[in-house]
Amino acid sequence: MFYRETGQFKTSYAADRAIFPIRQDLYGMGILLLLALTVPFFVKEYWLSAILIPFLVFSLAALGLNILTGYAGQLSLGASAFMAVGAYTAWNISTRLPQVPLLVSFIAGGITAAAYGMFIGIPSLRIKGFYLAVTSLAAVFLTEWIFTHIGWFYNYELSATISTPEMVIAGIKFDTPIRRYYLTLIIVCLMALAAKNMMRCTIGREFMAIRDMDVAAEVIGIRMLRTKLVAFGISSFYLGVAGALYAFVYLRSVSAASFDLSESLHILFMIIVGGVGSILGSFLGAAFILLMPIFLNLGAHAVLGNSIDPQNLATLELMVFGGLIIFFLIAEPHGMARLWQIIKEKLRIWPFPH
Amino acid sequence: MNTAIKYNETVFQGLSSPIDVYARTRSQKIGAPILQVKNVSLSFGGVAALEDVSFNVKEHELLAIIGPNGAGKSSMLNVINGVYHPQKGQITFFGETRHKMNAHHSAEQGIARTFQNIALFPGMTVIDNIMTGRNLKMKANFLEQALYIGRAKKEEIYHRQKVEEILDFLHIQPIRKTPVGRLPYGLQKRVELGRALAAEPRLLLLDEPMAGMNMEEKEDMCRFILDVNDELGTTIILIEHDMGVVMDISDRVVVLNYGMKIAIGTPKAVCEDKDVIEAYLGVNP
Amino acid sequence: MTFFLEVLISGLLSGVMYSLVALGLVLIFKASGVFNFAQGSMALFAALTFVSFLEMGINFWVCLLMTMGVMVILAFLVEKFILRPLINQPMITLFMVTIGLDFFLEGFAQLAWGTQVHRLDLGIPNDALFIFDIMIGKQDIFIAVTAAFLVLVLTVFFNKTRMGRALRAVADDHQGAMSVGIPLKHVWVMVWIVAGFVALVAGLAWGNSLGVQFSLKTITLKAIPVIILGGFTSISGAIVAGLIVGASEKLAEVFLGPFVGGGIENFFPYLLAIVFLLIRPNGLFGDVHIDRV
Repeated sequence: MFYRETGQFKTSYAADRAIFPIRQDLYGMGILLLLALTVPFFVKEYWLSAILIPFLVFSLAALGLNILTGYAGQLSLGASAFMAVGAYTAWNISTRLPQVPLLVSFIAGGITAAAYGMFIGIPSLRIKGFYLAVTSLAAVFLTEWIFTHIGWFYNYELSATISTPEMVIAGIKFDTPIRRYYLTLIIVCLMALAAKNMMRCTIGREFMAIRDMDVAAEVIGIRMLRTKLVAFGISSFYLGVAGALYAFVYLRSVSAASFDLSESLHILFMIIVGGVGSILGSFLGAAFILLMPIFLNLGAHAVLGNSIDPQNLATLELMVFGGLIIFFLIAEPHGMARLWQIIKEKLRIWPFPH
Repeated sequence: MNTAIKYNETVFQGLSSPIDVYARTRSQKIGAPILQVKNVSLSFGGVAALEDVSFNVKEHELLAIIGPNGAGKSSMLNVINGVYHPQKGQITFFGETRHKMNAHHSAEQGIARTFQNIALFPGMTVIDNIMTGRNLKMKANFLEQALYIGRAKKEEIYHRQKVEEILDFLHIQPIRKTPVGRLPYGLQKRVELGRALAAEPRLLLLDEPMAGMNMEEKEDMCRFILDVNDELGTTIILIEHDMGVVMDISDRVVVLNYGMKIAIGTPKAVCEDKDVIEAYLGVNP
Repeated sequence: MTFFLEVLISGLLSGVMYSLVALGLVLIFKASGVFNFAQGSMALFAALTFVSFLEMGINFWVCLLMTMGVMVILAFLVEKFILRPLINQPMITLFMVTIGLDFFLEGFAQLAWGTQVHRLDLGIPNDALFIFDIMIGKQDIFIAVTAAFLVLVLTVFFNKTRMGRALRAVADDHQGAMSVGIPLKHVWVMVWIVAGFVALVAGLAWGNSLGVQFSLKTITLKAIPVIILGGFTSISGAIVAGLIVGASEKLAEVFLGPFVGGGIENFFPYLLAIVFLLIRPNGLFGDVHIDRV
């Protein structure tokens, strides 16, 4: 009785095309945003820096990968490589040219990652599906090698580990978790809105067309190589910015090892669990994959007390991850976003059964 | 109520006055050849799909391609469309001659088609599927789309209106938001036709648009195809197995057998052609 | 010159090891169309099981049988809980499910047997032979011969037997195979058992050289370029490509490495793979695929 569409008639195409055509959804989103803005006031700082900030950063990364793999159907295991490029570019600019504003260096990180992504995406015209995943694997190894062997990129720092400088934007120092949280929140929200807009316009349809049936797409006039490269580019831009945020806002000290294959796989798991081809799914998946180890930890301690060995916990985590992936792929291949849709559909007729 | 469509402006509009209805007889409207297929040969690693096929297609006509299974009919459409590249021969479309067509170039030139096995995008709704047909007409770049301002917003609404006109034309308004994968076969074929029409093509290639349909659905589809040909004046090449349909609606018929053209002419003439009867019914001993 | 030959031989021999893993990948792909990302973990799992039984003091051959039994059980479980629910899903989904399986097996193995390195001694004499002044270990030769023998047996199995034909049918089209009465379930269990056996051989071979430890599971990553070069569906291709990958990666490291700072061993095979994907996507011996519209 709360979630009804009755009485909400659309009288223009513009209204019909809104992101939240059902008023209750719009209010729900509003409440969520309000919560997001006020959460620092009733939550410990630890939660901000250990949970909410990485959640936002990884949501952005998952969003980027979702654009490429979920919407455009180009399977990629190379998410971490593009994050690395974004992070190292932003670091290089902010340390070598400190007069450049920080946000500009983030954007530059994104653009460089986009260029790198388009380069890696060139084989995608001739290679499809699983084989493309192999090229992205190659990108991960290549990138790892570049950032540990070509000294210029990491300024010959010891053991190739770089530390990000203090963040100053427009004279304000972003040194407290609260400030960093707001910065990340704003960046991620704006980029998520941009992604949603793109996916419901021509670009989104072109991506989904080449994902669903590429021969038909070409026959309609969608240029394969150009669209695929644009997909790689936009996706890598998002991953690059996410990488820069990862380094500057969250870890503050990274090396090539922070961007390895298992990181890529984690992000892939996020979009599988959250929902491929869904903006909401990227957020849900990131939340799930990030929070799961914490709950596992709590659960294990509750059930087994303190007798559990931390190393065993890590391996248990691996098993649970693997099991979850298998479970989601079998039970709900469209992920939690689809589950949420089903819940909403049930809500529309609640309390009636059908 | 008849819907009059002005071909020059290519705007779908509902008009109330019967005076505005175009009433041309079929033979009056057929014009000069717009497509010439010359000596096209296509083979797949030793298996010849088409051998030295030549024919032309005149503007505004409805040409049917018939032939037994494996005769090369779909391959012929695929060659015209740029999906397959022939080893020999050339295609001339509106004066431009090419040895091989390119898929997206042919789309830019105004050739649209439907597929035998339905090539819709199952993950998208009916509206989105038909909107993809308008793809070439959308000019906004990705930044404008990301911010949803200016050209992007205007185009989305303008083309949505055009898509609605097509939904109207094909009587599929109620299913506009349904993901295409969930629709029954007959409706999917109609949506595919809608997507092809959305491009406002100069030449429409239909590959067995009535396959797997019952009598009623076939009549509906026939009516739509005839409407497109009569009211929009679109040139149509149609592959079809149902002889009744072919005889009723086509202006000329091309018969293929084992990749070779064995007859071309009016439906009546082709029906009585010796070679055609031999190919379809066998030789009378 | 001798140095070059020694590097070459050592590369070829490590290539044989890659081939053993690639063989398992090819088998599963050939018969079910699934790329099994978990093959390395399976090899590790098999080796760990074997070593644990051995450390309990059980006789060598009995251990082998028991481990095979465990792999059979694993095959049944995989078929029942993973493959059956996903019949006819696109290959991407199946691939991702094997990534999940890989993580799961890795975690399980670590939980059950701990993370320390286990020594594995197969009892093969390891003295060196000198052929033309080049040193080759007897163990390496033994492994190479075993691999060749496996390849022969498997090729005959796939091409000459009824079961092999059924396996190939299943790889092509699940539904089509079902509709002609091929029992999908049995076929898949069969395939995973064979792959499990190959994984066991691979695990033992690797464990013997390196000790059974967790870096073993990363050999899947090395095997991927191998099957790209050799063709996803070719058994002999797995061997030939394995040799090429092994040799070229060692040669590249030794002779090109110093110019670029070393460490290229890891991604050099991938560069090769990309080149192949662009020029000859079906690998050296794989089947060519024509898409009909």
